[in-house]
Amino acid sequence: MQTLLNIGIDGIAYGMVLFVIAVGLSVTLGLMRFVNLSHGAFAMIGGYAAALLTREAHWNFWLALPVAVLGTALIGALLEALVLRHLYKRSELEQVLFTIGLAFFLIALTNALAGPQVQLITLPPLLAQSVDLGFRTLPAQRLLVIAAGLLVAAGAAWTMARTRFGIWLRAAVDHADTASTLGIPIRTVQCASFAVGAALAGLGGVLGAELMPLEPYYALKYLVLVLVVVAVGGMGSIMGSLVAALSLGTIETASKYLASEWGSLFFFVAMAAMLALRPHGLLKR
Amino acid sequence: MNAVTGSAAARCAPAWRAPLIVLAVGLVAWWVLPDQLGLVTRLAVTALLVLSLDLVVGIAGLATLGHAALFGAGAYAAGTFALRMHPDPLLGLAVGVGAGALLALASGAFLLRYSGFTFLMLTVAVAQIVLSLAQKGRDWTGGDDGLTGFTMAPLLGRFAFDMEGRTAALYAIAVLAAGLYLARRVVDSPFGLAVRGIHENRARMAALGTPVFARLLAMYTVAGALAGAAGALSAQTNAIVGMDSLSFALSAELLVMLILGGAGRLTGALIGALVFTLLHHTAASINPYHWLFIVGAALMVVVLLPPQKAWNWLRARMGATT
Repeated sequence: MQTLLNIGIDGIAYGMVLFVIAVGLSVTLGLMRFVNLSHGAFAMIGGYAAALLTREAHWNFWLALPVAVLGTALIGALLEALVLRHLYKRSELEQVLFTIGLAFFLIALTNALAGPQVQLITLPPLLAQSVDLGFRTLPAQRLLVIAAGLLVAAGAAWTMARTRFGIWLRAAVDHADTASTLGIPIRTVQCASFAVGAALAGLGGVLGAELMPLEPYYALKYLVLVLVVVAVGGMGSIMGSLVAALSLGTIETASKYLASEWGSLFFFVAMAAMLALRPHGLLKR
Repeated sequence: MNAVTGSAAARCAPAWRAPLIVLAVGLVAWWVLPDQLGLVTRLAVTALLVLSLDLVVGIAGLATLGHAALFGAGAYAAGTFALRMHPDPLLGLAVGVGAGALLALASGAFLLRYSGFTFLMLTVAVAQIVLSLAQKGRDWTGGDDGLTGFTMAPLLGRFAFDMEGRTAALYAIAVLAAGLYLARRVVDSPFGLAVRGIHENRARMAALGTPVFARLLAMYTVAGALAGAAGALSAQTNAIVGMDSLSFALSAELLVMLILGGAGRLTGALIGALVFTLLHHTAASINPYHWLFIVGAALMVVVLLPPQKAWNWLRARMGATT
């Protein structure tokens, strides 16, 4: 029972981090049919920015977090506007090659600028303490992760369902050309969703730094996990990504608790099974 | 489109020409670079592996990121066979080929029901599952320490594998040439033509009565056999099989090599493997992170400035000046 509760809490926290990083990738894949393998690098940029700001510049965590997230959004928007949008019409293979090249480049750059060691984010006292849940004590940081994940999911769902931007986005996902003829500013929608996706990845990088240590190879190490979440959840489906991230995060955590000698076997078996049964996403028929 | 024009031009040349050239170049390299025989061997193994990937990606049009699983299966099968059953290299090669083909047949029967992004992600899953199983089966694979402790018997009963790797390099070059000949024949056969047709337009080939699934599965199995041969070669010439032979990074690198050289033309696979391995060899000896800088920049440049375009531009320049 104790173990089950532990698995539940840790699995949900892990799943939330995966979801926050994956949701931006899911939207760019669904909206622009753009395979962005450098998405993990955005999470790395956000995490590194927060780590350097809190540790080297001694900023307050609550100030460093939004600055890191906004900085990542800005870098994402610039990259999209200057380079990546020219690749939307190219073949998938070319997109894969370019973005993986970009990820390699950013890994090397990160190493050159910050060194190969693991970066730690200095947490404020409020987050560094532990919280007693009755059956176990939990780092307060985990609770922030879960809360932030829920907020992102609710915010994204609300934006998609209720706002004008959400309508534009869904129209663009369904049929970009038709949406464009109807007067929807496709370029703005694309650039803004890319930037928001990058910002969320940055947020995930900061929040998940305890579960996924920040080091130069971060951009590639967790890329596969994020891609798996997107594929299982279905491209462009936010709720699908949430369900996929939570279930896969729980499975991965459970297999770490109960059968660590099997490595990631169960994670990938579960992924293959879900993809085989629902090739277009968990929540789509 | 490139695939068709490329191989149409190549079909005018006999299938044995490219393998003979490879053999000749390999022999010259073997003769001229006696200090670099390890590199020559690695080049031949990598070229064979990328060649097998080209059958899947370039010919059949199936983007895969799980090719290392087939390579690793061949390598572990050949290594285990040498360690526990029989040290003969050619028998081991056959075992590696069989293991690669078997895994390709079994996984392909599942994978090929899907296409596009789903197929791509499922190949990643299959490769990771194979990797996890190999890590779990420490008793057979040696886990992270690698599979070691096997020695090969002399090739054909006469040519012993020496310390400088003279026999190993010749053996690898010969297998590469044979593999290239086989691949060329397969691609230019009616069967290969059908698979290229499926690449161009799946629905139309199905309407023409081609059994799409069976053709793709057969091509995937042939590619698995070649990848298994490359794995067996790698195991036999290095006398060690590591976990990295099953890794995601290897699958990604192979794809990069193939695109660098040009997919769908078989010779492109050889050129890509050559360029990439030589670049890696020189840059990584300085600093592994420098290597990432170079390969990252090279990848971005290749996409922004496709080799085909650059070639045409160069050809036009040369034609204009002479």
